[in-house]
Order: sequence, then C-alpha cells, then structure tokens
Amino acid sequence: MRKLRQEASGNSGNTVPIRVLVAKPGLDGHDVGAKVIVQALRDAGMEVIYTGLRQQPAAIARAAVQESVDAVGLSILSGAHLPLCRAVREALAAEQAEGLLLLVGGVIPERDRAPLRELGFTGVFPVGTRLDEVVTFVREHAR
Amino acid sequence: MSEKRSDEPRPVLLESGLSPKVAYGPDDIAQTATKLPPLPSEADAIGAPGQYPFTRGIHSLMYRKQPWTMRQYAGFGTAAETNERFKYLIDNGQTGLNVAFDLPTQCGLDSDDPRAAGEVGRVGMAVDSLADLEQALDGIDLTRVTVSHTINAVAPIVLAMMATIARRRGLDPAKLRGTLQNDILKEFIGRGTWIFPVDESIRLIGDTIEYCAKHMPLYSPVSVCGYHIRESGANPVQEMALGFLIARAYADHVIARGLAVDEFASRLSFNFDIYGNLFEQVAKFRAGRRLWARIIKEDYGARDPRSCWLRMIAGGGGGGLTVEQPELNIVRGAYYALISALSGTQTMALCSFDEAYTIPSERAARISLRTMQVLVEEMGLCDTADPLGGSYYVESLTNEMEAEIRRVMARVEAEGGIVEGVRTGRIQAMVARQAYQRQRDLESGRARKVGVNCYRSDGDEHDVAFHPFDSAQAERQCARLDEVRRRRDGARVAKALDGVSAAAAAKVNVMPALIDAVEAEATVGEMVGALKAVYGEYREPVRFA
Repeated sequence: MRKLRQEASGNSGNTVPIRVLVAKPGLDGHDVGAKVIVQALRDAGMEVIYTGLRQQPAAIARAAVQESVDAVGLSILSGAHLPLCRAVREALAAEQAEGLLLLVGGVIPERDRAPLRELGFTGVFPVGTRLDEVVTFVREHAR
Repeated sequence: MSEKRSDEPRPVLLESGLSPKVAYGPDDIAQTATKLPPLPSEADAIGAPGQYPFTRGIHSLMYRKQPWTMRQYAGFGTAAETNERFKYLIDNGQTGLNVAFDLPTQCGLDSDDPRAAGEVGRVGMAVDSLADLEQALDGIDLTRVTVSHTINAVAPIVLAMMATIARRRGLDPAKLRGTLQNDILKEFIGRGTWIFPVDESIRLIGDTIEYCAKHMPLYSPVSVCGYHIRESGANPVQEMALGFLIARAYADHVIARGLAVDEFASRLSFNFDIYGNLFEQVAKFRAGRRLWARIIKEDYGARDPRSCWLRMIAGGGGGGLTVEQPELNIVRGAYYALISALSGTQTMALCSFDEAYTIPSERAARISLRTMQVLVEEMGLCDTADPLGGSYYVESLTNEMEAEIRRVMARVEAEGGIVEGVRTGRIQAMVARQAYQRQRDLESGRARKVGVNCYRSDGDEHDVAFHPFDSAQAERQCARLDEVRRRRDGARVAKALDGVSAAAAAKVNVMPALIDAVEAEATVGEMVGALKAVYGEYREPVRFA
C-alpha cells in the first residue's frame, strides 16, 4: 500500500514522510510518553497519528490500515505489554496488515524484551530511552 | 571567551521560567510584592502561621500540635491482600490509608468485563461491589484511621459505599472522615481514568460536594490534583494554576446549584507534587496557600477562615525518580519529604525508591515511611512553623511564583477557561508541549539529572519489575463477583439501577440512588452503566497545538 502511494506521488521514498500510528491500548491512562514521542516523530518530519487512550486492539489495527502507516508504536505502562502486544499483533494479522514496523515503549523488564521482539515488535523502548534513539530507529527500519 | 565573561555568574533558570538572583535582600521582598494585587491594609502578606492569608501555614501551632498525616499509597489485587497491607502499614505507624484501585475499577468496568482482561488487580485493588471495599477495610477503625481513595470517575460510587460501610458499623456517616480524590478535570489532562463527558463529570463532582455538605460534613469529597498535571509534564506554576482553575470550576458549579461558599470550601483539599528545585517548590506551596486564601475570600466572599485554608497532601515525587542508580531515589525522596515538611503540608505520601520500576515493595514502602519519621523525630521539622518564613530569597520567590501562577490562570481564562480548554483539548496540548520541552531539555543537558544525563556510571540501571501478576487471582475475583450476583435480589438491583438512571435524567443528585444501588449489591460496572445510559461517554480530543 505504502509502495503504491510512493509510486503514485512520483517521488523517491526519501521525500515521502514516514507515517506512524502511536496508540495506547488497554486501560492505562499514562500518556505523557506517547504524547512526547508523537511530538518528537513529528519534529523529525514524520506524519504521526495518535489514537488517544483505551484503544481496543482491533481498532488499532483498523486505524493502521485506514491510515496506511509504515509503523505502529504502542505505549504501555501498566505492565500488561505482553498480552496487549500479542492482541495487537493478532488484530493486525486479521486485517492482513503485515510487514509494518512494530514498536513498543513503556515500563518493560529486560526479560520481556526478547519475547516482545519474537512477537514482531522489533523496536522495544523501555523508559529512559532517548528520543533521538527512537527517531533514528524508525527512520532506519520503517519501509 | 573574554576574561570578563568568566566572572559572570552562571545563568540559572528554574523550571517555571524564573531566574533567581545571586543573592537577595530585604528590598527584594518589597519589590517583588509590587507584582501582586495589594492586600487589604489589615492583612500582612507574610504574617503569622494560622493567620490570613496563611502564607506561613493554615494552623497557628502547625506540627507542634501534630505532625503531618503519613499516608502511603497501597492496594493489591484483592481486597483480602489489600487489607493485610493496610494492617501492616498501620502497625508500622502510618496514620492514614490511601487506597489504590485497579484500572478496571477506576474505569467503571467489572472484573468479568472483556475490556478488563489482563488488568484485574494489576495496579491496585479490584472493587466490583460493596463486599470488596468492606473486606479491604475489615478490622480497621474508621474513627481512628482516615481512608483516602484514589478514585475519580467512580468516586460517587465509592462515597456511597463508604456511607454504607459506616452505617453498617453503627457509625453515623455525618461523623465519618476521609477523602475522595474525585478530581475529574485533571483526569482529562493527565492520568486518563475518565468515563463520562466533561459537563456530566463535573455534575457528578457537584453531587458529591453537595451530598457531603448536607450529610457528611466532615468528609472531604474532592482533592484537587495539581499533582498529576505536574506528573504529566506541567511545570510547578502550571501545576498550581491549573489546579486552582479546576477548584474554581467545581466551586462555580456547586454555587450555581445553590450552595454557599462556606458550606463546602473548607472541605475541599488539594494534592500537589514535591519534586524539583527545593526553593521553587517551597515558594510554590507558600504562594499557592496565600493565593487560594485570597481567591476564596476576595472572589467568593468566604467569611469562615477555614474556607480559605489550602489543606493539602504534598507528596509523591514520582516524576523526579529515576530507573538509573535507583538508590539515589532514597536520597531524592528524603529531600522531597523535606520540601513537603518545609511547605507546611497536612498530609505527606512519599514515592518509594523502587517506584520508577515497580509497584513498591514492602521494604521500600517502609523506607519511605521511616524517611518521614526521621524528619519528625530527628531533624526538627516539627519544632517550629514555617522555618523558612522571612528568608529574603524564599519570600521573594514566593511573591514571584504567586505572580506567575496568577498570570497563567489569567491567560487560560482569557482563552475561554479551564472547562472549555479541557473540552477542546487545548489544556492537554499545553501540558504535552511542556512535557516534550522538558524531555528535550533533559536530553540536551540543559536540565541536569544525576545518573541520567550527568554522573552516569556503567551498569547503574536497575531492571524494571512488576508486582507478580497472578491471573488466578483475577479468576478468584470473578468468582467472588459471580457469588455476589447469585446471592443478591435481582429485582431489587434492577429497580435501584433504574433509580440511578432516573436521577441522572432528572438532573437531581444521584447520591441517594447510588446508595440504594450499593446496598442492593449492584456492581460498579452496572452503576456506571446506568449513568452512562443517560450521560454518554467522553470522547478524547487529540491535539498538540
């Protein structure tokens, strides 16, 4: 989908901004991190859609497809990152939205990082990650 | 660089944007006071503790009468587990309780709701019905220990439960003390456990204030929280300004409903944050205390001096803690507690050193409690009121902070006010921008944080961990809920829930109907559902500018 849009625009990949969906799944209302990341990615020239709080995995997947994004970033601080990431992964599969760059940030213990990567969340960003690290990662891995 | 340059003082910029001078003298107090509207001639801007406008404290004896209440935040999975921790804390000398609820409860979902999956009992106690809160408080003497509930959208239901528990124990609810957080406007700005639309949410707050004024006069129905606004990124001036604007919004609402200011203002309380520059925070609290007193007296015409009291819990400090070198959080916590004590707080809660990476362990919670006890018993913080009063710097900064808080309040009001600003998301955007700026300042090194952007050492990062989450516990909670549903009188529940919807539709106070529903053992999800049927749900505006 992304590829089509690039071709239609007649531009090289570099000039079409990367599109990112930032989402808050689950009931956790701590959205400072999500909102800071949205602003950092926007300042880096990306197009960012923020879902707001308490999004169901199916709604996140639908938004990812409708907005034809390159990357989906979840922000989870409640500790429920494993079940929620799994649910979003499954919802994306149900929407046949494969090949998107998946990211997750929040309070994530070391031992959960490998399982999250195995779920397809290539970018795992625990609290304390620098903004430029996230921006660079998205730039290098999206598309 | 020229030689002259090296003699210049290092520039200092406080989080609030103020630049303190190298040294202060008596003229600075008078000069900074000119930035404030003059007080009536009989009042003294600094004055004495216990004297209007209460810059130096709301009581004349302050901690010589009794130290601040020590109220650590706690709540675990089930009511039984929470009850155990409460008793442990009381046995260790804690003088108040602060109940943590899990997210489904805070969002008005029963434990068996599909949207609650994976979250039951995770960050606090699950309360589905009266039976859960009753068990959590079992064996705790409510005439001796006051209970504070960190609950907002669901606060009217918790108030109905507390009134019912008191009555069942033969205690007149009119004599019950305790606090609800119940500050919904700040939930829209940060923290996010909203349910109903903005106006209906304010109406519910009004119901609790009005009900308490008439039937539970010793109970504090609302604790206005600058705290979470600060934790969401606001600077100390914005924290106070938005907190006061929110308090005004509630006051305006209940006054429009016919209450007189002196019928409720003395039961409003406040919750503010304590991390950051020590002098800036102390000045923030002293300025805030004076400003709130003046607002209530000058703008609302209060006659009862107690209405003018800024009663507060100054605590937490989570925003200042770090995952890096977490032992430093014990040191930070001690300084934050010092800030709170120097600021004349009524209640203190202190984040535990492990809170940046987990739900506090028993050991860490005990260290926080002991930190406060050290201030009381060893350091002389309870010996004399407002020990920093009269300091050239602190008094000047207090004046400057008050002027800044007034400026931010005036700007928000000029832009349409706090309620409109929250409805449109403008306030949320302002706080989000500040959070982003702060993060960039930390990453550029413009703001310094030990262990984070300076004085780092290798291997100093503590891995994050969670209170073990027991999914069997969620199943037990659902089984408990099933049992409640089985044993109760279904027809009585249905009738009581109809009563809740009817009261909401008729725009009368929903508290009596909620008490009926609580007594009939209706669940939190059912009661919230009955209100939602009339009020609808909040839709979050998303904006960043």
